[in-house]
Amino acid sequence: MNSNTQPILTARGLTKNYGRVTALDNADFDLYPGEVLAVIGDNGAGKSTLIKAISGAVIPDSGEIRLNGKPVQFASPMKARDAGIETVYQTLALSPALSIADNMFLGREIRRSGILGSVFRMLDRPRMERFAKDKLSELGILTIQNIGQAVETLSGGQRQGVAVARAAAFAAKLIIMDEPTAALGVKESGRVLELIRDVQKRGLPIVLISHNMPHVFEVADRVHIHRLGRRIAVVDPKSISPSDAVAIMTGAQEPPRDSAAA
Amino acid sequence: MNDTADPDDDSGATGQPSSFDVRRRTPVQHIQHFLHGNPAAVPVIVVIASLIFFAIAVGSKFYSAFALTLILQQVAITGIVSAGETLIILTAGIDLSVGAIMVLSSVVMGQFAMHYGVPGYIAVLAGLTAGAGCGLINGLLVSLVKLPPFIVTLGSWSVFGAATYIYSGNETVRSQDIDHVAPILHFFGESFRVGNAVFTYGVILMVVLSGVLWFALNHTAWGRHVYAVGDDKDAALLSGIHTGRVLVSVYVVTGLICGLAGWALIGRIGSVSPQAGQLENINAITAVVIGGTSLFGGRGSILGTLFGALIVGVFSLGLRLLGTDPQWTQLTVGALIIIAVTTDQWIRKVSA
Amino acid sequence: MRHIVLRSSILCAAVGGALMASPAFAKDVSACLITKTDNNPYFVKMREGALQQAKKLNVSLKTYAGKYDGDNQSQVDAIETCMADGVNGILITASNTSAIVPTVEKARKAGIMVIALDTTLQPTNAADATFATDNFQAGKLDGEWARKRLGDKKAHIAFLDLATSQPSVGVQRDQGFMKGFGIDIKDPHKWGDESDPRIVGHDVTGGAEDGGRKAMENLLQQNPSINLVYAINEPAAAGAYQALKSVGMEKQVTIVAIDGSCDGVKNVRDGVIGATAQQYPLIMASKGIQAIKTFAETGKKPQTSPGLDFTNTGVNLITDHPVKGVPSIDSKAGLKKCWG
Repeated sequence: MNSNTQPILTARGLTKNYGRVTALDNADFDLYPGEVLAVIGDNGAGKSTLIKAISGAVIPDSGEIRLNGKPVQFASPMKARDAGIETVYQTLALSPALSIADNMFLGREIRRSGILGSVFRMLDRPRMERFAKDKLSELGILTIQNIGQAVETLSGGQRQGVAVARAAAFAAKLIIMDEPTAALGVKESGRVLELIRDVQKRGLPIVLISHNMPHVFEVADRVHIHRLGRRIAVVDPKSISPSDAVAIMTGAQEPPRDSAAA
Repeated sequence: MNDTADPDDDSGATGQPSSFDVRRRTPVQHIQHFLHGNPAAVPVIVVIASLIFFAIAVGSKFYSAFALTLILQQVAITGIVSAGETLIILTAGIDLSVGAIMVLSSVVMGQFAMHYGVPGYIAVLAGLTAGAGCGLINGLLVSLVKLPPFIVTLGSWSVFGAATYIYSGNETVRSQDIDHVAPILHFFGESFRVGNAVFTYGVILMVVLSGVLWFALNHTAWGRHVYAVGDDKDAALLSGIHTGRVLVSVYVVTGLICGLAGWALIGRIGSVSPQAGQLENINAITAVVIGGTSLFGGRGSILGTLFGALIVGVFSLGLRLLGTDPQWTQLTVGALIIIAVTTDQWIRKVSA
Repeated sequence: MRHIVLRSSILCAAVGGALMASPAFAKDVSACLITKTDNNPYFVKMREGALQQAKKLNVSLKTYAGKYDGDNQSQVDAIETCMADGVNGILITASNTSAIVPTVEKARKAGIMVIALDTTLQPTNAADATFATDNFQAGKLDGEWARKRLGDKKAHIAFLDLATSQPSVGVQRDQGFMKGFGIDIKDPHKWGDESDPRIVGHDVTGGAEDGGRKAMENLLQQNPSINLVYAINEPAAAGAYQALKSVGMEKQVTIVAIDGSCDGVKNVRDGVIGATAQQYPLIMASKGIQAIKTFAETGKKPQTSPGLDFTNTGVNLITDHPVKGVPSIDSKAGLKKCWG
């Protein structure tokens, strides 16, 4: 759908070996502005290594990653984050005992201006809380009564909401979401999918890793199918059935001819 | 816990399509949530209740400005050390070496002042440096070598303890000699009166230190990171926190606090004694636990610890004045620990 | 498996016995010193005394210590190590005077002479000999002195004892003091059962300054008219003095203690402690080594002091305020004999 525009993130020829195991075998990847790209693949197909390479958690042996056309190398998740790539981990990476606002700013707190901030290193709580509140309401997650309440008092879906809001608030380029619905019930999964669309509406592209085909087909604009360490096809979910996608993923069916590296 | 629950757990969301579910709470859950949000509340309530109890049971001997401030003096050393211990336990660690660091620091101060003939303030600085240095050793072993804090400090407890004996030759420096050479070592033992209330500077140190740490823990990024590291270290790392640096800083700060405690200890007992403070690690952990800080990390407060130390002080003086044998104090404090941990477990269930 | 263990232990015992019996090995006399801890200056001094004497008499001496006061297990291990080492004699200051006895018996059966230092075993004859301070006598001297020192003044006495477990050393000193002061001690094997109105109360100090200060504060709060303090040892006394000083009572209260360390005697000189009963760990240790040497060469065991079931190494009351009828030496003389 975005074939005319420049991709925001591309990867070419990524290779990663763990001993004699090849996790990435000359893999390619493209993400276009404003899209939701689902990445699916069987267990061991190398999709999590691919995602880790993009988010800085794994350094590929060879290959090239370009962000907005410029080659980049991420030595750590921190570096990827600094470059504008936010990741919502499957574990969420939230501190349950800390408040929602504190969690949103964890590792990038705002200090007071003046001497209170420079000498006493005092946090600007009001500003942080206002910001957190704004971000949560933008995404329509504000049934949370108190922005100062601990994350552990929230439901699973609410926590997912906080993690997504945090990523959305700070992501300059794109968001990676790793199995965001895996731990949730039907209803809360529905909310998270809505949330993904809300984030998308605000212009941020999303990479969605999921095992759940109905969810993938509900929100994805394109589906990247990973198999044996490389991208085997990119398909349009509107023109292919979930069962066909699974068949391609498992090798039971040849990928459609026009799906190569679209 | 809650069997009066809604027939349908997800009912809260009806009519609000864009919201996550909110459950109603029973009164018991309200209490649970209140305590969860205010970790220092339980120890405060216990302090007040025990003060009232002993005031009635003992009478004016207990309920006097003098006796109440005496409790403060008696808990000052433990209060200071346990403030440091709180930081460690918040990071889901434990420090068994705090008492040993305290005594080592006080011995360094004594030796520098008496045997090397340096001015008192230099001796104090040397002692504080020794304390921070011990903390640094613990911190590096925990964060760089990645050994469990229990094992690290179990070892360093013995190492620092033995170092104290070797360094001091087991010699006590007498109070009279310190007064001649370096009266500054007695600074925290000096007192002032407000009516019948007697405050030592050691007590002031305990209160000010608790205040400073309260601010640092709640209103600086460092404090938030201490909680985050103890709560879920992997999550903290993924959130961009340099967990190793946070851990090292916590152990160094605790070592420094133990150094301050060593200074205050000289003020309290007059002499510099390698024999003193043998149970201070246990006392400190007791105060932290009774103060409601969770041994699993990430949960608790410095004010809770201050009140935890006070609870022990109130009980030991109160029971003494009731005329009970010292064994009963020991028994009561033990029971308080168990009650405190049970309460903590219950409060933690909020998230379940 | 059991058989192997059994057999090998018999073998060990046999080898051990052979080592002991063999005259070829008897030429070099060897001994062990096992103290309660290795950080208390009292035991440090005792060890120094033993090592000195051992060098003089050409006895090879190895020293062991418990990890803390009351650490029986480490002392059991140490005795077993000494047995395996095939020593002629063991000197021990027992942390737990009755729990150590079965192990002591094992050592004696293996032909090793066991001498208790400082503290008698329970029963006393579980050891071949005991060189110790008569702790009861030490306390009694304090008590007699204090009674004369106070004269007609009504006494209000605070007792700063060792530990809630009432170890025998502490009980003997405490009860000795009461006896000397003229208090009905009832059961001499425990403190706290007395009903004399002059007793304000007992508290425990752990034998250290911090404990001494806290215990003194507690008892003062109970009864601020305290004018006499019995302290289990000199560090506890120093802590008590600090507590009294903080409320301006140090001049009105007399403190007595037991030990006779150099710091303690200096505190007598400086008026912190009224009187202290001095004991002599160096003498205990050197006499112990001498006894092992004699035993190894002649098989003779030391005699007990008349009227006692152990060998008294003596005690002197040190005070700069001598009273009639109670023998004492002044702090100057005490400083010449002090330890630590």
